[in-house]
Amino acid sequence: MHLIWIAVLILGAVGLVSALVLFVASRKFAVEEDPRIGEVSEVLPQANCGGCGYPGCSGFAGACVKAADAGSLDGMLCPVGGQPVMERVASILSMSVAAAAPKIAVVRCNGSCVNRPRVVSYDGVKSCRAALMTGTGETACAFGCLGCGDCVAACQFGAISINPETGLPVVDEEKCTACGACAKTCPRKIIELRPKGPKGRRMVVTCVNRDKGAVANKVCQASCIGCGKCVKTCPFEAITLTSNLAYIDPEKCRLCRKCEEACPKGAIHAINFPPRKPKAEPAVAASVSEKPEQPAAEKTAARSNVESN
Amino acid sequence: MKTFKIGGVHPAENKLTAEVPSRPAAIPAQAVFSMYQHIGSPAKPVVKKGDVVKVGTLLAEADGFVSAPIYSSVSGTVSKVDAIVDASGYRRPAIIVDVQGDEWEEEIDRSADLVTLTDRPELTSEEIVARVKKAGIVGMGGATFPTHVKLTPPPGSKADCVVINGVECEPYLTADHRLMLEKTDEVLVGISLIMKAVKVEKAYVGIENNKPDAIARMQEKAARYPGIEIVPLKVKYPQGGEKQLIQAITGREVPPPPGLPIQVGVVVQNVGTAFAIYEAVMKNKPLVERMITVTGKPLARPANLWARIGTPMKALIDECGGMPEDCGKVIGGGPMMGKALMNLDVPVCKGSSGLLLMNGKESRRAAIQPCIRCAKCVGACPMGLEPYLLATASAFKKWDVVEANDIVSCIECGSCQFTCPSNRPMLDNIRIGKSTVMALIRARNAK
Repeated sequence: MHLIWIAVLILGAVGLVSALVLFVASRKFAVEEDPRIGEVSEVLPQANCGGCGYPGCSGFAGACVKAADAGSLDGMLCPVGGQPVMERVASILSMSVAAAAPKIAVVRCNGSCVNRPRVVSYDGVKSCRAALMTGTGETACAFGCLGCGDCVAACQFGAISINPETGLPVVDEEKCTACGACAKTCPRKIIELRPKGPKGRRMVVTCVNRDKGAVANKVCQASCIGCGKCVKTCPFEAITLTSNLAYIDPEKCRLCRKCEEACPKGAIHAINFPPRKPKAEPAVAASVSEKPEQPAAEKTAARSNVESN
Repeated sequence: MKTFKIGGVHPAENKLTAEVPSRPAAIPAQAVFSMYQHIGSPAKPVVKKGDVVKVGTLLAEADGFVSAPIYSSVSGTVSKVDAIVDASGYRRPAIIVDVQGDEWEEEIDRSADLVTLTDRPELTSEEIVARVKKAGIVGMGGATFPTHVKLTPPPGSKADCVVINGVECEPYLTADHRLMLEKTDEVLVGISLIMKAVKVEKAYVGIENNKPDAIARMQEKAARYPGIEIVPLKVKYPQGGEKQLIQAITGREVPPPPGLPIQVGVVVQNVGTAFAIYEAVMKNKPLVERMITVTGKPLARPANLWARIGTPMKALIDECGGMPEDCGKVIGGGPMMGKALMNLDVPVCKGSSGLLLMNGKESRRAAIQPCIRCAKCVGACPMGLEPYLLATASAFKKWDVVEANDIVSCIECGSCQFTCPSNRPMLDNIRIGKSTVMALIRARNAK
């Protein structure tokens, strides 16, 4: 009988001593965490996508608290939660946030199967990076989309899919949170985060080919050839031409759609605009800055695949 | 018989052109000289449109120490200094020359007379290295590392022997084999020059024993050159890998990257490089042509051709019977480590050792099956790595795991993928992992 008592006493004593040690340790080595970090974390989406540039949501919460202590939340944005979440974060930290324009991932390549002929076939691992190691992918374009879907794999929100008809990625505007994971993954830097624009309307140069016009023209029907017509046409100086490639500055663009008409290759796309009227009519429902439309020119240029986004 | 200790595979040899004597290829109508023919900084063009050049005229100079000059291999007029699509598929700077006639620079000795080291006792090692550097010689086995850099051991290190690579372990390729048979003395003088340049008394020439005629010829003639020993090796791929060859011949083990052969006292050169060194030093001839094996089962007349640098690959195929109907893939180099070409206007470069045509069936990959954990890849890896683990971890982006498992040691020989009964694309994934880890290491070191 007394054997049991000995065991109980010894174990009890060990337990008591351990409890004492743990109690002392927890007091002495306690880590003071700002309670606001936990509160901020709670309102964040907890997707841990890293789109904000911090390691996960708690990292971002810590950074927000630090920034608030420093006096301003400028530059802190959870791309997934967007403005509403940032407002809640600001209210927890009793700060105010600057209004940020919502962004979206934009695929800047229109080298579909029709526009850009396949010159070789690639049967290796279905990964853009692996395809890139063997050369320029299946087409001769050294800049365009490889179509192996690294961006699809990178998206945690299921917002990108490859359109089997065109072989190009398509962004689902509802699901895209502009976290930037796809833009970071794309080895060709085709995907760009651009402001969504009023009513989701935006103008995009859907090409990143920086080769000279003749070369770019040869590999893809829908390539930007750097002719500069759009630059001359733009009344707002929103378009710049660097190394044979036009780029529309979303901050300066006033959505007049003149560049779209001017482009001889159909490389500039107007997204989410209502279809054009066939004849010259004063635009009534269009955006404020838009001037009367030009007669729609007969387009022989590349087929658009972007407007189906 | 000697060979390296771990791993290795034995693919079907398919040396279709082993018995075919080499012959000069036709001079093309237009030659294209890529500025990226070597590892290191690209060469800088020194000619402009309209300049008249001869064979051996400098077209582009070396840009820095790890770089090499490029000489014209044809005579004619420079038609363009522009960009061309090279073997990588990207547009890169190049010089294009329209060919007229075949005039050579006067100082090049075009006679076939053999000049040995005893004829030129005054040559110092510095002079040899300087001439190699001036001639634009790079590793002819395919790695294209500028040779003068390898012949200049870093301060504090000293070589005690030279290992010459006459292994040619890649299936199909026979250029080095034919070179050893047809230019035996020239190769041996070249080896003596390398020995003198790095100041050693001993050279070992490793030759796989599927080339008994080359071994016999080299052994017979090597008796007249002091310090050169021919070492027959058991046939096993990738014996031509620098580290594998050093282990097979000397038993020494090169430390993992960034370890170099010189750390174990060895300088490795290819037989093709030895021949180029002979021509540069003794004949004053810069690197303007090389032997290339044009081969493949669908090809009508496979051959070993002396092609001028800058000849389009298409011209070589035409010379060997034209493009066969059933051709699925054209590979620059051998079947194991070569790279499929995206277009046939790609010119012959300093490192082009072979051009291989594969028929439609051969060129397609077999269906990928699940891994059956047979560990054949582990047994085949000559670097003692675990390819299945590296490939899977790379596919899942576990960069810390692949780095801890020594992915940077991978020599990308493809033995794992070759031996896999499930046709798993291991090398593709390992390459992704390796390049990522190397970029991470570079970023860490830059901090």
